[in-house]
Amino acid sequence: MHPQFVDYAIIAIYFVFVLGIGFALRGRMKTSEDFFLSGRSIPGWITGLAFMSANLGALEVMGHAANAAKYGMFVNHFYWLAAIPAMCFVGVFMMPFYYGSKVRSVPEYLRKRYDEKTRTLNALSFAVMTLLVSGVDLYAMAILFQRLINWPFWSSVVASALVVAIYIYLGGLTSSIYNEVLQFFLIVFGFLPLAVLGLKAVGGFAGLEAKLPNPGYAHTWANIWEAGQNPMGINWFGTIFGLGFVLSFGYWCTDFLVIQRGLAAKDMPAAQRTPLIAAVPKMFFPLMVILPGLVAISLDPTTTQLLGGRYDNALPAMLGKFYPSGLLGIGLTALLASFMSGMAGNVTAFNTVWTFDIYQTHINPGKPDSHYLKMGRLATVFAVSVGIATAFIVLRFNNLMDYLQLLFAFFNAPLFGTFLLGMFWKRTSAHSGFWGLLSGILAAVAHYTLYHYRVITYPSDMAANFYQAIVAFVVCFVVTVVVTLFTEPRKEEELVGLVYSLTPKPRNQDLPWYERPGILAVGILAICVVLNIIFW
Amino acid sequence: MGLDIRLPIGIIFTLYGLILMVFGLLTDPAIFERSLNVNIDLWWGAAMLVFGLFMGGLALRASRQNRP
Repeated sequence: MHPQFVDYAIIAIYFVFVLGIGFALRGRMKTSEDFFLSGRSIPGWITGLAFMSANLGALEVMGHAANAAKYGMFVNHFYWLAAIPAMCFVGVFMMPFYYGSKVRSVPEYLRKRYDEKTRTLNALSFAVMTLLVSGVDLYAMAILFQRLINWPFWSSVVASALVVAIYIYLGGLTSSIYNEVLQFFLIVFGFLPLAVLGLKAVGGFAGLEAKLPNPGYAHTWANIWEAGQNPMGINWFGTIFGLGFVLSFGYWCTDFLVIQRGLAAKDMPAAQRTPLIAAVPKMFFPLMVILPGLVAISLDPTTTQLLGGRYDNALPAMLGKFYPSGLLGIGLTALLASFMSGMAGNVTAFNTVWTFDIYQTHINPGKPDSHYLKMGRLATVFAVSVGIATAFIVLRFNNLMDYLQLLFAFFNAPLFGTFLLGMFWKRTSAHSGFWGLLSGILAAVAHYTLYHYRVITYPSDMAANFYQAIVAFVVCFVVTVVVTLFTEPRKEEELVGLVYSLTPKPRNQDLPWYERPGILAVGILAICVVLNIIFW
Repeated sequence: MGLDIRLPIGIIFTLYGLILMVFGLLTDPAIFERSLNVNIDLWWGAAMLVFGLFMGGLALRASRQNRP
């Protein structure tokens, strides 16, 4: 690596602006709603880009570049099969319940729709998952800086965590969202030249296809029909149902990390547009993360030179290879920005769930609002500290994405069953949510244990994760339905605003066509289909 | 919410654009061997500068309109 003064200066300017936004918002945090929900006042384009950016952590940039090097263009499924349809679904069909019921968090919706125990189970599992995941972003950043500019692992973990802690402590969710918008643009400008230079180096798409170590790497769909033929070793059922339905809808439709950005929007149409606006850049992100991963593996098919034996190195190694000083500073800043936006998203989601759903509900209810505002700030410090500890746990896994998918499969996959039944079947009873969710999580744990001790085997960890998600979802779904049939339904008037068939549909007739969620979603899905066909 | 996020975005991108362009013009051209002999700092700096001025311009226009 070859950073010079100019690169360090660019990074330093970034830190000044990130902290500056936090300080500028410091005086505006007067109530807990300001701190946790930005006072529900933010325009749709800002919450949309923040929605996109909060998900752009280590998972996106290093994880997907690593996966592209390991599994090829198959990884496009994470975008065009998984994310985009799920984002359209949450915007059109689910956001009206989240935003319209005035809940402050996803677990709070579960309390209204089901009961207190369902909410508490979800709040606790979400809090644990979020803390673990936030460590992933720290880990990724620290590994990177150790490799690139020889910063010791622990010192970059502590320094970068501190910056995130300060700007959230000062400006709460607003500070996190505003920084996510800045980070979004930095990520785009930081990685786009890599796609251009990488393609130029291998001789365009034709050259790339010829240089890939496995011809299957150049296709998204062509090898899906037989598990043995694609690099991930997974068949069409596992991919479409496991990834495309359970894992993706479980994440995009129920994970409070992203939903929280929608809740901060200024009105219902803005809340509905939040995931839809996010879906537009999301569709084109494979260009910025998957393409560099493919170029890396085609330049270094044995993974021993450029990649140094680790797929996780794909993206930083490409930055080092192609970026001269100056642009290198922008590229490093983009990496920092992506880690921070991911970590900050987790921290703001955690402090809200902790404060409203655990602390205010079970530990210390009935205090004045300022007490909970203070608790949110304390929770921020706590979450960052645990994130630091987690960064060291992640060192044990050899691929970030597998680790994350494992966590999602434990907690998010069954949750989607609970939401699907809760929102779209009014018969679903209050008790059934808890038992369905609990048995779904236990099924995931059981499946993982069997896989871990090799009682059942899969061709790759990723395949195991997809099937674990399917098992968890199906168990949750079936148990919820069965328990519902043996318990009392809830009164219909209690479910208005919470269940699809009992809630008046949002009337968007007075909006221009380009602001109507339904029309936007159809347009986005059409472009997504075209992308799938081009890169078949 | 008071703070228009387009303003800090406009400023930081204008600043980065200028830094990259000046550095790209003054530095030893040998470093651009890495980027396939394209002076990527100059060109990408110009792109960032244009984006920064655009965002800053939007923010200024909005603040003028809000003032009575």
